[in-house]
Amino acid sequence: MAASRRQHVGGRYRWPHADRAFELGTLGFALAVIAVTLIVAGVLFHSSAAARDRYGWAFLWTSSWDPVQLHFGALPFIYGTLATSAIAVAIALPLGLLAAVCLAELLPSRLSDPLAFLIELLVAVPSVVYGLVGVFVLVPIMRSIENAVLPVLGGIPLFAGPVYGIGLLTAGVLLAIMIVPFIVSVSREVLLAVPQAQRDAALALGSTRWETVWHVVVPYARSGILGSVFLALARALGETMAVTMVIGNRPDISASLFAPAHTMAAVLANEFAEADSSLYLSALIDVAFVLFGITIVVNAIARLLIAATTNRATEVRG
Amino acid sequence: MLTRRLALLAATILLLTASLGGAAKLINGAGATFPYPIYSKWFDEYRKKNSDVQINYQSIGSGGGIRQVLEGTVDFGASDGPMTDEQLAQAKTPILHFPTVLGAVVATYNVPGVDKLRLTPESLTGIFLGKITMWNDPALAKDNPGVKLPAQPIVPVHRSDGSGTTYVFVDYLSKVSPEWSKSVGRSTSVAWPVGLGGKGNEGVTGLVKQTPNAIGYVELVYAAQNKLPYADIKNRSGAFVSPTLESVTAAAAAAVAKMPSDFRVSITDPEAADAYPIASFTWLLIPSAIPNAETHKGIVDFLEWMLSEGQTFTKPLGYAPLPEAVVAMERPAIQKIRVGDR
Repeated sequence: MAASRRQHVGGRYRWPHADRAFELGTLGFALAVIAVTLIVAGVLFHSSAAARDRYGWAFLWTSSWDPVQLHFGALPFIYGTLATSAIAVAIALPLGLLAAVCLAELLPSRLSDPLAFLIELLVAVPSVVYGLVGVFVLVPIMRSIENAVLPVLGGIPLFAGPVYGIGLLTAGVLLAIMIVPFIVSVSREVLLAVPQAQRDAALALGSTRWETVWHVVVPYARSGILGSVFLALARALGETMAVTMVIGNRPDISASLFAPAHTMAAVLANEFAEADSSLYLSALIDVAFVLFGITIVVNAIARLLIAATTNRATEVRG
Repeated sequence: MLTRRLALLAATILLLTASLGGAAKLINGAGATFPYPIYSKWFDEYRKKNSDVQINYQSIGSGGGIRQVLEGTVDFGASDGPMTDEQLAQAKTPILHFPTVLGAVVATYNVPGVDKLRLTPESLTGIFLGKITMWNDPALAKDNPGVKLPAQPIVPVHRSDGSGTTYVFVDYLSKVSPEWSKSVGRSTSVAWPVGLGGKGNEGVTGLVKQTPNAIGYVELVYAAQNKLPYADIKNRSGAFVSPTLESVTAAAAAAVAKMPSDFRVSITDPEAADAYPIASFTWLLIPSAIPNAETHKGIVDFLEWMLSEGQTFTKPLGYAPLPEAVVAMERPAIQKIRVGDR
């Protein structure tokens, strides 16, 4: 068509202002992502105005959730979210890290690669499927374990109370199963990226295999592993469907791990569609805002921790 | 060359859309999930009769149905619970309620060794208030002679999401128990004193099936389809009534005497001897003034069909049909829907 109007340099077309356009274009995309986050925060803040005016900061430490009397407090959900995520990370971190060490350091590559591939496939399993597996497989197993443990540990408040199978501990275990693949796959990559020279130096100094891994390789990859833990934690905090199917959806705080509980994401998924009064809706959006805030805070702490533990010369992205 | 190709493409698209568009008038509705199967069947059967009207229904929940019809984004709504006075006050055009079918809420349980359970209003309330905690409580044993109730803690299961099913259940409990009415109240979502929460009828069913010694409440249709055991409940006349389509229709018939002209009535805890105590209408919410004449005709004709032929499709799907007396009251009420803006 207008071939004569284009610049041809060595057979390829070049715009005169290509570089500038590229800079501005990609800057625009980056700003757009930030803008979306700000819009989300703004909408949540604005829509929760009625609840914030009525309950104020006390919303964060009030423990009731009564849609009839319109008394709302987010504490049970904050507790449930933090407790299930803490249990999940406590179980998934050692499991995931040791699995990653095994895959990266101990197994030969022809075993390690297919296994790593399979573990990464688990990341793609939808949350609802985990929930179904949780209800039909994990809950009966947890019920048997909890019933077995109850006569022995039942005196301790942490393990007290009626055993349903459904509860805080089961949700934590299910979440751990869901987030282990994140920790394994990222940690494995990070461990593989540790320069061979480090291992050679340790072995040359007389370390055993175990000492090399534990005292040289893993500390070298520390920031990447920490990053993977926070990635996993972020998923655990926001996990909705799987949790709501196994946690019992009871907005109560109980000392026992076997008791049912509730999380912020679960209450939103359950009650949002049918919230019949505007104050109720506003309270739910306030819960969403709190969840958003907690996620931002956790991510900020993660970034700071990773920055603190990153050795400049060995910076690993992620 | 390019312009010829474009012209050909445009012509093809035009032809395709012309043949698809047709003359079918699209009417949109949204609302309750409980009657979705029967509404689906109805709209499909009605389309076969009148191919010029296509009714599209989204089951987003009773609350969503009420909100959308108030905002005017749909032509009609559907709800398991009647709209409150506050909600009606928000409507630009007055909204009319038309009962369509009947549903019932049953108490389903999973107690090993127990085939049929009989519950009184007092025992049901006691269980869900957390006052009756063991299956072999004397109150339960008294109503179930000859049934071996285990010495196990009761696990009540309720809905974790807001729902018309919950509304009907707590409406009944509020009527039969002043304590429930004062401490918990009635709404689509309440603060349950005890128990686990399951999402949806499926969630409660799943929890009850999986948890030994559990008792929960679900729609009759779900219990029947999933072959769950359900309890006979003692009604106001003192008879233990099993939830069947007949006993549910009897509950509605008992309410006819006091039926308000706007059909917003609760039929829980009725007087009749053969009536099941926890039953409810489900309503279509129609604005009293519909601007578009074709939409108006489509809706009015559908309502008339629903009251006559539509009721024959209810029983095979597990819904109880409206009693004759209610149908007779509804027919003239259809005339209240006018064409226009207000």
